[in-house]
Amino acid sequence: MPDKYHIKTTPVPPRLQRVGKFGIVDWREDCARCHNCVKKACVYDRYRQETEYIKNLDEVNTLFFECMGCFSCVQNCTKGLLCLTINSEYERLGNHYWTPEIIQTTWTQAETASVPVSGAGYRGKFSGAGFDSMWTDMSEIVRPTRDGIHGREYISTYVDIGKNLSFLSFEDKKKKYKTPPQFFIPLPLIIDMSLKEFSFPNLEHIIIETAHITDLISIIDSIKWPDCLESSQKNNIEKYLPNIAFYLNPDAPEIPAEMLNKTRLVEIPDSEEVLIQFQEIKNKFSNLIVSVRVELDKNCLKRVQELTDAGVEVIHAVADYNGDEKREEKPRFIKDMIRDIHISLIKSGKRDEVTLIAGGGIALAEHMAKAIICGADIVSTHLPLMLALECRLCSNCKANSICPAELDNVEFNYGVGRMRNLIAAWHLQLIEVMGAMGMREVRRLRGDVGRAMFYEDLEEEIFGSVFGTRKRA
Amino acid sequence: MDQYLEQENELKGLLPENTLKTRVPQVGVDRKIENAPPRYRNEISKYVIFRSDDCVRCGKCVDVCPHGVHVLKQDYKYFCTPKEHLCIGPACEKTDHYCVSICKQNALRIIENPMLKSLGDYRWTSDIILATWKMSETGDLPEDDFGFNYECGESEGGFDRIRFKFPENPPTQINEDEIDTSIILNRRNDGRPSVKIDVPWYGGGMSFGSVSNVTQLSKVRAATAWNTFSCSGEGGYMERMRPYDDHMITQVATGLFGVREETIQRVPIVEFKYAQGAKPGLGGHLLGPKNTPAVAKIREAVVNIPLFSPFPFHSVYSIEDHMKHLDWIKHINPRALLSTKVSTPTDVDMVAVGSYSAGTHIVHIDGGYGGTGAAPDIAKKNIAMPIEYAILKVHKFLKEEGVRDKITLIASGGIRTGHDIAKAIALGADGVVVGTGELVALGCVRCSRCESGRGCPRGIATTDSELITQMNVQWGTQRIINLYNAWRKILVNILKSFGMKSVTELCGRTDLLMHLDFNNDKCSN
Repeated sequence: MPDKYHIKTTPVPPRLQRVGKFGIVDWREDCARCHNCVKKACVYDRYRQETEYIKNLDEVNTLFFECMGCFSCVQNCTKGLLCLTINSEYERLGNHYWTPEIIQTTWTQAETASVPVSGAGYRGKFSGAGFDSMWTDMSEIVRPTRDGIHGREYISTYVDIGKNLSFLSFEDKKKKYKTPPQFFIPLPLIIDMSLKEFSFPNLEHIIIETAHITDLISIIDSIKWPDCLESSQKNNIEKYLPNIAFYLNPDAPEIPAEMLNKTRLVEIPDSEEVLIQFQEIKNKFSNLIVSVRVELDKNCLKRVQELTDAGVEVIHAVADYNGDEKREEKPRFIKDMIRDIHISLIKSGKRDEVTLIAGGGIALAEHMAKAIICGADIVSTHLPLMLALECRLCSNCKANSICPAELDNVEFNYGVGRMRNLIAAWHLQLIEVMGAMGMREVRRLRGDVGRAMFYEDLEEEIFGSVFGTRKRA
Repeated sequence: MDQYLEQENELKGLLPENTLKTRVPQVGVDRKIENAPPRYRNEISKYVIFRSDDCVRCGKCVDVCPHGVHVLKQDYKYFCTPKEHLCIGPACEKTDHYCVSICKQNALRIIENPMLKSLGDYRWTSDIILATWKMSETGDLPEDDFGFNYECGESEGGFDRIRFKFPENPPTQINEDEIDTSIILNRRNDGRPSVKIDVPWYGGGMSFGSVSNVTQLSKVRAATAWNTFSCSGEGGYMERMRPYDDHMITQVATGLFGVREETIQRVPIVEFKYAQGAKPGLGGHLLGPKNTPAVAKIREAVVNIPLFSPFPFHSVYSIEDHMKHLDWIKHINPRALLSTKVSTPTDVDMVAVGSYSAGTHIVHIDGGYGGTGAAPDIAKKNIAMPIEYAILKVHKFLKEEGVRDKITLIASGGIRTGHDIAKAIALGADGVVVGTGELVALGCVRCSRCESGRGCPRGIATTDSELITQMNVQWGTQRIINLYNAWRKILVNILKSFGMKSVTELCGRTDLLMHLDFNNDKCSN
């Protein structure tokens, strides 16, 4: 059994003023200047902090919105001058999928590395689209594991990458075939390539360092080689290569063989010649595992099956960054497409012969668990790591406008610390969910839809039995 | 007094001598409905009123407003801050006392309060919170004119999409006084007390530590007034709660905080908490700063150290082990009813039947969306099924197994209003457990900061010595008594509409419900 996986973390405070949800509007012209001012009584001392913030401002970039929304000052002010308001900047964060709540919780996790905890029950909608239309199960009494993150028992989050043989064949008391290469990573998470909008100087250095200290894999576009490493990393390149998977971009010069030989995984884009390319790499580097990057579109189910039949050992199926099927007017969501692929591979008896990495729309730790329940072995993601650096998904970068998160100025240690903290928080949350399910190994979670409840199914099975047929949207 | 002595004599045959010796006289609380005004100077209101400088202070608005919104004290030059929470807003336009149109100077303007956007959420909308405050203040239903939509939230599922199919005319005319809202908690006929509660709900478990002693006392005193129960949660008892022992449920949870022979023996119901809806599959959390010296003393723990209860019971691996637990309690407290609190996994129906076979009197299922204390966000949102599904599933399975009439099914986890209580019962529960509603009655705004730092800034879910002084027990008790009264009225109105004389007639009547996302083409009961 591998060592217990643990990421050492320290808090990494934000560089910029937080974009909080609530703020107080103060109609101070009517202030009675009474001696029992509620501002002094703020439990969170926010008014004093606001004053300090304003005093130290060189220029106004962001207003102070760090109110916790308790209404105490609003309701106690002698003259009733205070009003609570929602920060419009907060509401503008992200998009319909990457909601302000997701962005804010990611910031907090990147700062504290802890599991987000709050009181007063759940505040959201009953159900929703995508991953929000499923719940994970829990085990009440009979369960092999106990205690989740606070317990003494070990919940393993290690997963394998590479082909598993369905059976062993022997000839002359020796194995007939060579066991295919395989390795494991301590968390079912791969750091995917950066989107082209995110191209600030330090980015790849930070990602490579993060992958190294968390012992994960980061996929690096070969076109960025060798600039993706900073000088100290280049001096210790052997230390970093096992955690790098080069995406062999057809437009990029070849990665030197001695470098590729020291990596464990390499990725190639899907194409008509992909199988030839796959075989060429396997011939040259027999211990290197080759992943084929497939777009999750209407042909993906058939394509994944073809590639698996042809012996491809890892398939990285990628939806768009909102988790939607590509190039479709009415796209399906990644969880449904992964379920279809998983079931198709099971039916063909090939499921264990391929590692399925699912990417796109993985925004929260719960999405990692849910995508695995739907059939993925591993998930890949990139945007949450950008959010960890205080990105607001404002899309200014797409228009070459000024980045409000000043990503160009991100320092190496800050970036690594924030990304590491986020990954650590995701790891803890995965353990929380698995602990609740009573599972001790994430490998066993793959495709185990019995560990989940789907909104559509529950509506049909339970409400359908008393309310009849369901109206379809 | 006679009743008290009679009760004490009964207990002599049941309780061990040491428990009887430590038993203190029980205190009654009047079920009196009195106005309990908000404890903050500026109550958050649905509408806000602006008075411009054109006002000549003629006082006409004061004279005409029957709600007392405008206040101009005698000999005062300026108006007081208007009591906006009493204003009914646009509904007043139709009347002859609409201050805005009566003001000859056009100095008044009324708009919907823009601050409401910051209050509430999809489940507890600002309307539900404001209406709950109003009910807690008056003990009555808010007037329709206020325009509160407090029947449903905006979560777009579950209770929020279920409605009652009220007949145009009730099948039989019933006087409201004839309607019985009581339920019996022991249906096993096993020689233990039957235990009747006057309303089909009781208060949820909130430990000393998660909430203040004022909150705990207010809850149990209101429960006493309404002849129902409040639960200790996992954290033991303060001495001040002993006069209300007859309305307390001792919770035995996985951390066993506050569980002693004496705390088990002195109450009529003992609840085994296997899991809770806010964090199904995880143990209780009390974060360090809330573990004050007083809390640590009761829990026999170290001050400021976070207390994470294990999950689940480390002595229970099967239903047989569960039975062993129940037998232990039955032996220690011969008069106690036993409740088993579980969360809502896929096999919640099997768990319920298993609990029945182990000897429990009450199966308490706690759905995933409830909870009042600290819980990981990932657990609150994602783990276990919402209570609406679980009630139907368990009710149906217990019926199929032929034991439905031998066990009391209690549901919780997202019960916010009187309407939710009625819907839960119509789906198949005998009664419900409420938690957040009581806290909202005490002034909770659901800012979700119960767990952080010193705890609740509004003095409800905190043990901070300064913060808890924000309210007192009498006020808290009255607010919850009032809220219970209003909820009972809602329930009685619903029963009256269906011509039912008892709330037990409503149990499992899914044929009286409709779901907005279904064609409702199946009639079932």
